[in-house]
Amino acid sequence: MKSLVQKLVETPGPSGFEYEIRDVIREAISDFADEIRVDTLGNLIARKGAKSGKGVRVMVSAHIDEIGLMATHISEEGFIRFTNIGGINPLTCYGGRVLFMNGTRGVIGMEGVEAGKTPKLSNLFIDVGATSKEDCPVKVGNVCGFERPFLDLGKRWVAKSMDDRIAAVIAIEALKRIEKTPHEIFFVFSTQEEVGLRGATTAAYGVDPDVGFAVDVTRSGDTPKPSAKMATALGDGAAIKVRDASFIADPRLVDFMVKTAEDADIPYQLEVLEAGGTDGRAIQLTRSGVPAGCISVVCRYIHSPSEMVDADDVENSIKLLVKLLSNEIVL
Amino acid sequence: MTKKTEELSQKLHIGSDQLELLEKLCNATAVSGDEHEVRQIVMEEVKALADDVKVDALGNVLVTKRGSGENRVRVMLAAHMDEIGMMIVKKHDDDLFQFEIVGGIDERQLPGKAVLVGRDHLPGVIGAKPIHMTTAKERENKIETSSMRIDLGPDIGEKVKPGDRATFATRFRVVGPSIFAKALDNRFGVATLIELLKNPLPNIDLLVAFTVQEEVGLRGAQVAAYTFNPDVGIAVDSTPAYDLPHWDEEEENFQYNTKLDEGPAVYVMDRATIADQRIVRLFRETAVEWGIPYQIRQPGGGGTDAGVIHKSRSGVPSISISVPSRYAHTAASIARIDDWQNTLNLIHAVLSNMSPDKIAGERRD
Repeated sequence: MKSLVQKLVETPGPSGFEYEIRDVIREAISDFADEIRVDTLGNLIARKGAKSGKGVRVMVSAHIDEIGLMATHISEEGFIRFTNIGGINPLTCYGGRVLFMNGTRGVIGMEGVEAGKTPKLSNLFIDVGATSKEDCPVKVGNVCGFERPFLDLGKRWVAKSMDDRIAAVIAIEALKRIEKTPHEIFFVFSTQEEVGLRGATTAAYGVDPDVGFAVDVTRSGDTPKPSAKMATALGDGAAIKVRDASFIADPRLVDFMVKTAEDADIPYQLEVLEAGGTDGRAIQLTRSGVPAGCISVVCRYIHSPSEMVDADDVENSIKLLVKLLSNEIVL
Repeated sequence: MTKKTEELSQKLHIGSDQLELLEKLCNATAVSGDEHEVRQIVMEEVKALADDVKVDALGNVLVTKRGSGENRVRVMLAAHMDEIGMMIVKKHDDDLFQFEIVGGIDERQLPGKAVLVGRDHLPGVIGAKPIHMTTAKERENKIETSSMRIDLGPDIGEKVKPGDRATFATRFRVVGPSIFAKALDNRFGVATLIELLKNPLPNIDLLVAFTVQEEVGLRGAQVAAYTFNPDVGIAVDSTPAYDLPHWDEEEENFQYNTKLDEGPAVYVMDRATIADQRIVRLFRETAVEWGIPYQIRQPGGGGTDAGVIHKSRSGVPSISISVPSRYAHTAASIARIDDWQNTLNLIHAVLSNMSPDKIAGERRD
């Protein structure tokens, strides 16, 4: 599984440009899904199982896009100005390395920031080693992601795009491990989450589920002086979301998730996030409304090039998702 | 100019009739939520051109013009009829009215502007304290909208009530190659779609939405897209050109959004949409093939009707195309007739090149 994690986190896929990561995931799941399709916004949708007995149609959503940058201007000297795709903190940019979808690599420079002040995106530029506008291989509108190799610290894993490739890993593993299910399950590897849950919005409309689960990362409250009031901690188990700023998880589903975890002795923690948003909102609000919940993986340093998760939390999240999808869902 | 483009410019020529229509549209008042005046003009223009015209619950005008060929593509073109403006909130005296802003207006540029209030276009002024009376300190501070009043004079003020809309009183003018007007955002789009309806193509079912309430959150287009359920979505709008030098600094202006005289602005990304690269490519390749100038709008902020069209139902491949104009969302914008002509040419050329295979397969780079 670790090699799958490495492959997924190192494949680039800024929001709106998820075609490479989609191909990688399609290959990983092709032997395990009953049917695979791609919708207009590029969501990869894999079906497993058919409804029987008390089964329902379930949507599981893990987003495959990541934050990135887009070129807005190439100067006469060949420097690239850029804007953000998703939530980029300029503090984490300076000195970083980027990889454009066309294969060009570059580094991020910074100018005009007074000592002690935080930079703005307009203080930053990308240098790809070009000497002029003419020999710059990047054009306005070209897209890049951060480039940083997977770091295996044993119990903890670090990568630029744990948000949300670790959820894609969880969904893929669940898809592989589920042996028998009464449900018709649609695993959605969704696009454009970081810019506003856009892929999950159209995917949920298309799938038209009875129940939905998002899988995403959430903040941790276990660093030296955490800025967020969070009870969550790395290693305390799969996090069951109660709410975030975008949606309130269906309380019946929260209870069912807790009961499922307790019955199966799967370590879990409850998550209350005052910020953020997940695909759960998009599922909940589609058509006439859908009961939706979310399994979160606690993650440190979200939206930095070094997002850290706990390997046991990942395993426990997979176990919980497999349990949830293998038996009758009682609301 | 290539021969093909020359033919196109003759067929879709922006002459005195087109400029007169744009003048009528710009001078009308249609602040978000009360688009009645522009809707009337649109209805009058399109009724003879369409297979079907209807006004939906939110006030969008939905026009269908079917092609005659095989394998037609159902293309939704959207242009919003509404404009930014003001709404009367409270009468203070017989002649002084408190107001709120509708849509995005920088309140620093409101004082001292002439306005037209209500459906009767009653003339008024957003009062400002004369320089004779202000202190140096006062002049350093911005005036809040809550401290401003629209002054209508005692007799006229009786006809005004809370909820009435107001716009800037700027009148449309053509000056050499340029247009000076209010509300070019987005009467450019409205006029463009009317011209496209006059020149239908056999390979396209034109699903034209003249939308409402874009400036307050893309509200009209959301329901229009649901109704049309199109194969492709194109929002036609107007976008700022801030192609001005930095007067007080040496450094280059690298945040201009678009530039005048460089043709239609093709969107790759704004805050509401990441354009479908298949449609971006179609626009780029068509522009090169036909020799039509175009520019890539600098990716960044802003949003157009494409933001809701592309998320409609199971998703729609979508893009935005804009006519650049300086000083958008102020009392007076400046744009070029040639940029409008090239926008019209490019959209028409793209539609003529549109076929089902252009949107077949998966969304890729």
